[in-house]
Amino acid sequence: MSTNTIISLPDQSTARVPKVNYLSKENGILSWLLTGDHKRIAILYLISLSFFFFIGGALAGLIRLELLTPQADLMATDTYNKVFTMHGVIMIFFFLVPSVPATLGNFLIPLMIGAKDLALPKINLLSWYLYMAGGILALYTMVTGGVDTGWTFTTPLSTHYVNTNVLTTGLAAFIAGFSSIFTGLNFIVTIHKMRAPGMTWFKLPLFVWAHYAASVLMVLATPVVAIAIVLVALERTIGIGVFDPTKGGDPLLFQHLFWFYSHPAVYIMILPGMGVISEVISTFSRKRVFGYTAVAFSSVAIAVFGFFVWAHHMFIMGISNYAVIVFSLLTMLVAVPSAIKIFNWAFTLYKGSITFETPMLYAFGFMGLFTIGGLTGVFLGVSGTDIHLTETYFIVAHFHFVMVGGMLMAFLAGIHFWWPKMTGRMYPEKISQMAAVVTFIGFNFTFFPQFILGTLGMPRRYASYPPEFQILNVFSTAGASILGVGYLLPVLYLVWSLKYGAVAGDNPWQATGLEWQTQSPPLTENFLKTPIMDHDVYDYEWLEAQKEKEVASAG
Amino acid sequence: MPDSHAIAESAHETAHQAGHEHPSYLRHHFESVEQQADATNFAMWLFLLTEVMFFGGLFTAYLIYRNWYYPAFVAASHQLSIPLGGFNTLLLITSSFTMAMGVWCAEMKKKSGLVLCLVLTLILGLGFLGVKTIEYSEKFEKHHVPSYHYSLNSFLNPDSDEAAKASGDKPMALDMARHTEVYFSLYFAMTGMHALHMIIGIAILGFMIFRAQAGAYTSGHVTFVENFGLYWHFVDIVWIFLFPLLYLISRH
Amino acid sequence: MNHISPTLWQFLVKWMTNFALFPPEASKIAPQMDALYFFMVLVSLIGLTVVILLVTSFSILYSKGRHPVAEQIEGSTLLEATWTIIPLGLFLVMFVWGALIYFRVFTPPANAMNIYVVGKQWMWKAEHPGGQHEINSLHVPTGRAVQLTLISQDVFHSFSIPAFRVKREAIPGRYTTVWFEATTPGTYHLFCTQYCGTEHSHMIGDIVVLTPEDYKKWLAESTSGASLAQNGERLFASLSCSACHNTRPDARGPSLANVYGAKLPLSSGGTVTADDAYLREAILNPSQHITQGYAPIMPTYQGQLSEEGVIALVEYIKNLNSDYRIQQTLNTTELLPESEGKAPAATQTPAAKGSASQGMVKQ
Repeated sequence: MSTNTIISLPDQSTARVPKVNYLSKENGILSWLLTGDHKRIAILYLISLSFFFFIGGALAGLIRLELLTPQADLMATDTYNKVFTMHGVIMIFFFLVPSVPATLGNFLIPLMIGAKDLALPKINLLSWYLYMAGGILALYTMVTGGVDTGWTFTTPLSTHYVNTNVLTTGLAAFIAGFSSIFTGLNFIVTIHKMRAPGMTWFKLPLFVWAHYAASVLMVLATPVVAIAIVLVALERTIGIGVFDPTKGGDPLLFQHLFWFYSHPAVYIMILPGMGVISEVISTFSRKRVFGYTAVAFSSVAIAVFGFFVWAHHMFIMGISNYAVIVFSLLTMLVAVPSAIKIFNWAFTLYKGSITFETPMLYAFGFMGLFTIGGLTGVFLGVSGTDIHLTETYFIVAHFHFVMVGGMLMAFLAGIHFWWPKMTGRMYPEKISQMAAVVTFIGFNFTFFPQFILGTLGMPRRYASYPPEFQILNVFSTAGASILGVGYLLPVLYLVWSLKYGAVAGDNPWQATGLEWQTQSPPLTENFLKTPIMDHDVYDYEWLEAQKEKEVASAG
Repeated sequence: MPDSHAIAESAHETAHQAGHEHPSYLRHHFESVEQQADATNFAMWLFLLTEVMFFGGLFTAYLIYRNWYYPAFVAASHQLSIPLGGFNTLLLITSSFTMAMGVWCAEMKKKSGLVLCLVLTLILGLGFLGVKTIEYSEKFEKHHVPSYHYSLNSFLNPDSDEAAKASGDKPMALDMARHTEVYFSLYFAMTGMHALHMIIGIAILGFMIFRAQAGAYTSGHVTFVENFGLYWHFVDIVWIFLFPLLYLISRH
Repeated sequence: MNHISPTLWQFLVKWMTNFALFPPEASKIAPQMDALYFFMVLVSLIGLTVVILLVTSFSILYSKGRHPVAEQIEGSTLLEATWTIIPLGLFLVMFVWGALIYFRVFTPPANAMNIYVVGKQWMWKAEHPGGQHEINSLHVPTGRAVQLTLISQDVFHSFSIPAFRVKREAIPGRYTTVWFEATTPGTYHLFCTQYCGTEHSHMIGDIVVLTPEDYKKWLAESTSGASLAQNGERLFASLSCSACHNTRPDARGPSLANVYGAKLPLSSGGTVTADDAYLREAILNPSQHITQGYAPIMPTYQGQLSEEGVIALVEYIKNLNSDYRIQQTLNTTELLPESEGKAPAATQTPAAKGSASQGMVKQ
């Protein structure tokens, strides 16, 4: 074992991937499509999510290409509007919201709490089907003419002024919403009722805490956007007047209902990512997470405060000045738990024994980019500066720093970290470290110039723009092509590793979570016998003792 | 590493040797029947919570507009028939009772009682939808369905309209009368969403009757019946809120 | 430089000479907002530096090679309290500072001159009190507080002037306001920043800031012959508003003189301040806003008046207010030769009269 890595693999000349595991249990396409196994459903999600991610990514590429020049010359403005709308719809409803929860959460929550499966396996499969139905409907919408309302479906534009496929897109988001509700519901029930003996709430890995907080948001916030979409659909089809100002309705009510979901939705997207980062940083610094309780409760605090800040999307829409004060203040409060997390992660490194494998590199990337994304969020939460910066590229840069820089980095960190558990094989280390660095560089090139563009006043959702903004847009587009390479590389080497990767063994990272104490890939029932949580969470001393015992008994 | 296959096999065997009798309906991933019932019940309550949020959005919208356009909402509510609405309330409350009886029958393992209760619940539910159809068709006839043919006649000339005349409505200014359309928008959205929940419930009831006859719920595994009961009561409770808000608002 | 293609070279030169990190500061609020902005940038940079320093120094000091065995540490209440309280304190400072600026931007001074702006797919229409009418441009003087009263006649739009650091949504069905005081003459960008459909990115224009003298010249050159209030007065007559709203003792409606800005008692109880938004509502939804002592007999004008028509009426009613008239005279109306001391409508030709009011009324 070299001194700069913790990877401990079994002897490759004799090691092999266990013959009986959840992947090999049954064969044939039907055994996948009708499975109730949370791990198989996670794999189904992983494949379909990646598919939608690359469609959304291709649309992002088109956007960046169009913005290379000030004129709308690559495509007409209405095409551009459809492209950015579909980019938003696909990335938000079909990638970011389900990304970590539906893949890693699905795969790991039962393993981490020592259960055999999620509480409701059929509902879990149903959410995947709903997700696919929504996704296919969204693609159908895109192919048959697209939609150009922006992913926010703002009324009265979406109800009275466009004649594109608003209904089918709305329906796609509605169906995807139910998928998300069922996933969240399943997680909450599982975490409450399925924990192994000895697994108390404060022995849960922080990954589980983060998913619990996100699930509460999914369950409580998603139905509100569902009803908002229903009302938009009714207004478009039969002409009811709930949001129509000419009939006495109020379009601002739609904004309230929409953001009541869509603001918590950003926490649905980021919280599970934060859970991944906690696991990764702890494992690669060989230390329990600094201030476990603070990190756990900061997730809960984000979920709770997250419900009461929605109107900060409406500061310049003519809501009362006093409402602005209250929502701005609450927004300041929701920023604090994120700061707590960042510093607690940083201090987890203190007096650790740190190694720099790929998941750790992504986690470092997350910490840097999320810090920038979070702090620029404060610029937008402060009512005074929001006036100048909202609705410009500043806001685009901000949420891409949080969502792409934060969430996608966390997603990739998690995929690399648990790849050996999911497949039984290691990804190639050198090339993946390179991909992490390329992604980080490409990301900053793409999105940092957009902060300056936004400060200069360039509005978002513009197909053409004044020529003095061109150079920064050229930078951004150049960066996007680097970023694209950074995202393609993992697909290539991860697929390669399925056959040629080194055999991982049970616990290649020497991590403490229960998921690492079973074989890789796990059995369908996860554990040979129900594990008993007789040690603390992130208990590296227990792990050492355990290893010594094994060596002794083998000897 | 030892062959996991062998271990898995032996572990499986030991589990069965040491194990007690597992009822057939205990799914493999639960430790015990209690845990299974507990988990599914909890899931149902969470699902009802999402339903509360779903209807909560509509109720919020209703309360805001009612506050803004109070006279229009009062006059428009006079167009609804309290006898029909009241009869429907009665139907639903009775159906909740038969549903509760059904759950009791399932727990007591009385198969024919359960089937009878479910059939009664189904009939009462269909009755509710039938009455709702009558009410909706009346709205269509009077052009009170929000759309391009929406008619303000009942509110501008209340004397020409029986319901309005009976409630002693005074002619309303055009600008306020127009806001009755918002009332009917919300009326159809709210009762429509409620009726959709009823239809889904009735479909599940039909499926349950079919299964109950085969004895599926009277062998001790009553979780499904219990959870459906929760759903049915919830739909009932939503109506208990809708009825006074839509029908009884400011009647004397 | 032979190695670089001339196009690229020109491009780079152009960029280097035009590069900016923030837009020009052309209004009174801009330096104040930038001060807060730079304070926040500074705090963010310090915060980011702290995080980077912590992560890199710990990574170097405690890498596995140097520090092979980790020491388990539970946490530290003191440290955690520190990094809870310090960010919270900083965020609260930003919050208060930002709220002060927010209130300044959205609380116009009493003597501001008012310009109406109507947004529609996909253009901005500005109505000056003197009757000047602009599309996709707005001329304003330096050194005067200018209030914009915005409304949209279709979807949400947003009126954004980066150089002034102000932005406000134009919303269908209600007035919103914003104000600024331009400081530097020049031409600045006007953007629509709320996505509003196909031609969203073409809903742009110029804000032309002129010195007071140039502004006077511009007003005189671009006059349409009748002030906005005069258009309103004609509309008031042609819609027969004066049949009820007059000063006769048996008038069926309240006289509108001195109504603007007054606190009116409502028949439904309570009082309301008659501002622009109230006047608009009272024209379109009169029965909800009946003044005490009058019968609810006023018909609604919803569907009959365009937003410009409503604006002209509101402006006319404002001008019936003596204080307001004095103030407007000080502002701009004195610049119009016709309006001095004469009955407004008297000097108009019948042709101008007809065409002006026709545009205001929906056909």
